[in-house]
Amino acid sequence: MATDAVVVKRSAGRRLAGFFSGRPRLQIGSLLAAPMAWLVILYLGSLVVLLITAFWTVDPLSGTVIKELSWDNFKELVNIPVYREIIWRTVRTAILVTLTDAIIAFPIAFFMAKVAGRKTKALLVVAVLMPLWASYLVKIIAWRAILAEHGVLNWALEPIGLHGPGAGTASVWLTMSYLWLPYMILPIFAGLERIPDSLIAASEDLGAHPFTTFRKVILPLAFPAVVAGSIFTFSLTLGDYLAPKLVSNEQFIGTSIFDSITNNQPFAAAFALVPIVIVIAYLGVARKLGAFEHV
Amino acid sequence: MRRHKGSPARTAWFVVAGLVAFMLVLAGCGGGGSSSGSSGGGGGGGGEELQKLGKGEGELNLISWAGYVEEEWVKPFEAESGCKVNDKVAGTSDEMVKLMETGQYDGVSASGNATARLWAAHEVAPVNVALVPNYKTVFPDLKNQVYNTFEGQPYGIPHGRGANLLMWNKNDVKPAPTSWEVTLNPEVASKYKGHITQYDDPMSIAEGAVYLMEHEPKLGIEDPYELNEEQFNATVELMKEQKPNVGEYWSSAEQQIEGFANGSNQVGTTWQYQYFALKGEKEPVAASPASQGFLPKEGATGWSDTWMISAKAKHPNCMYMWMNYIISPKANAEVAEYFGEAPAQEKACEETKNPNFCKEYHAEEPAFWKRVWYWRTPLAECSEGGETDCMDYNDWVRAWTEIKG
Repeated sequence: MATDAVVVKRSAGRRLAGFFSGRPRLQIGSLLAAPMAWLVILYLGSLVVLLITAFWTVDPLSGTVIKELSWDNFKELVNIPVYREIIWRTVRTAILVTLTDAIIAFPIAFFMAKVAGRKTKALLVVAVLMPLWASYLVKIIAWRAILAEHGVLNWALEPIGLHGPGAGTASVWLTMSYLWLPYMILPIFAGLERIPDSLIAASEDLGAHPFTTFRKVILPLAFPAVVAGSIFTFSLTLGDYLAPKLVSNEQFIGTSIFDSITNNQPFAAAFALVPIVIVIAYLGVARKLGAFEHV
Repeated sequence: MRRHKGSPARTAWFVVAGLVAFMLVLAGCGGGGSSSGSSGGGGGGGGEELQKLGKGEGELNLISWAGYVEEEWVKPFEAESGCKVNDKVAGTSDEMVKLMETGQYDGVSASGNATARLWAAHEVAPVNVALVPNYKTVFPDLKNQVYNTFEGQPYGIPHGRGANLLMWNKNDVKPAPTSWEVTLNPEVASKYKGHITQYDDPMSIAEGAVYLMEHEPKLGIEDPYELNEEQFNATVELMKEQKPNVGEYWSSAEQQIEGFANGSNQVGTTWQYQYFALKGEKEPVAASPASQGFLPKEGATGWSDTWMISAKAKHPNCMYMWMNYIISPKANAEVAEYFGEAPAQEKACEETKNPNFCKEYHAEEPAFWKRVWYWRTPLAECSEGGETDCMDYNDWVRAWTEIKG
């Protein structure tokens, strides 16, 4: 009896294997079916639902969603100046954060990739990754405490007669630059590691000034990596809402969406399409600049 | 690398396009089928009022303001009714409305700016006050008000009332302010530039309107929630001028407590809950004292809260037991003293630990409450004369976004 069952089972397995053999498309298809369904239905599907919701409106009193298609939300986004201001403020901050992170990250990444010995390099990689292990909310609240009126920043600046930025756009810039720095360091580090030392040596042998080597050899080769890192810093800043809520009194795209969700979901959906469009445009530019060549 | 040109990529695109089309169809169908609320049609409210109180269902899911559902009085309720209480604290009325729409909650401690909206969205059921014996001794000036009774039918049980306070840090703000001028008059307020704190809610516009009632009588504002276009624009202008002086628009009690504790906030609008919490931590905060009737000279905005029952309540019996319990003399006294508000229950005044509590909080003085403007949903139809030239809640929400810039 028992042996019979084993025989039957094995032959069923064989038959299944036989069915798949010589059908490569079916093999790949059945392997990818579950992850593809996840990506397309849950991920892209919810984006489509978001897009549809953006064309609905709400009843002013009850807040009930009225499921009739209209352009009202988009008209409001375009016609009311405050939304343009919010979008521009957010984009501006995202650009500033990206530039700041690029400027800070490049020397660190260069040191890690080209100067540091093996042990120091490992240590630095751990040091860069370490903050990512802490909750992002905790880090924002820590910045809230640092930037507070009686916080450590004002305490440190007081002797030289300066005062911290208080709760404004500058605080968001500082907090975000801190939060996303590792996402800039790591791609640049990886990009610089890929540059063979022999190229730098050759440039030196040919009599190039170190600065010329940097400008003509290292920077062009590492630039796609910087652009790759900037995708993270830019898009993460564009979509964040907790940092602006907790360290500033200014409205950003994320906070406006958050505020609209509670009383006007369709408008929030319409607003949520704005950063998506901006990021798609940014990705297009990044592709032109070669950020995806080594991906 | 060997590359298949054309066909696999094109197939992938077809798959994506097909699925997107499928999702669209799905979303379209879903749109037709689900209309929220149970009764449909005009008017508001939903579900039926309970006719007879049955046995408790063993559980109760509430949405409340911070400090309304605390262990001290929840424990005895659970023991007595057998209903286990799960509470979700909300920071704003908008949040409460949104949470109620999920249908997962049995009841909510709604302020007047949420009640009408919940009613219009068919989210709340009428309340059979005959099943709430303690309702008989609720202060008469809290019953049958525009914010808890619709089309002549009560939709909730009054919980308590209070005014929004002006709070300040005694070390930083001198002399002690007696008027909202300190946050709203740009000349006075600029002294505390970056340290003023304002509640992050469209209802704050009403605070500006209360200020203008006193300081710009020409505008003729009679009710801060019934503003015509001219009055509304003047108020919005005032709030825009306040913006540069505001350090933080707070949206949760904890956020504000922390802001005052770390010195970032020096003066602004608050609730009793934060005031007592900061006092408890020995922070040097003060609010308009009892000698000034707790109110700055212009009066103040405030709230009169109502426990409402969801039209989709899964535990209606437990909710009725809760509504009766929370306005029972002892429990109502406890919650009122804990939060720092005037109780809704007349007999609660005999149960308070501080024998003068009701006197201090003016619980028994209808005249005092004439100067407190309870939060209410602004409607296009102004109550008197049936005019429709008032700015509605949508206008308020939009203006609030513009004020914050």
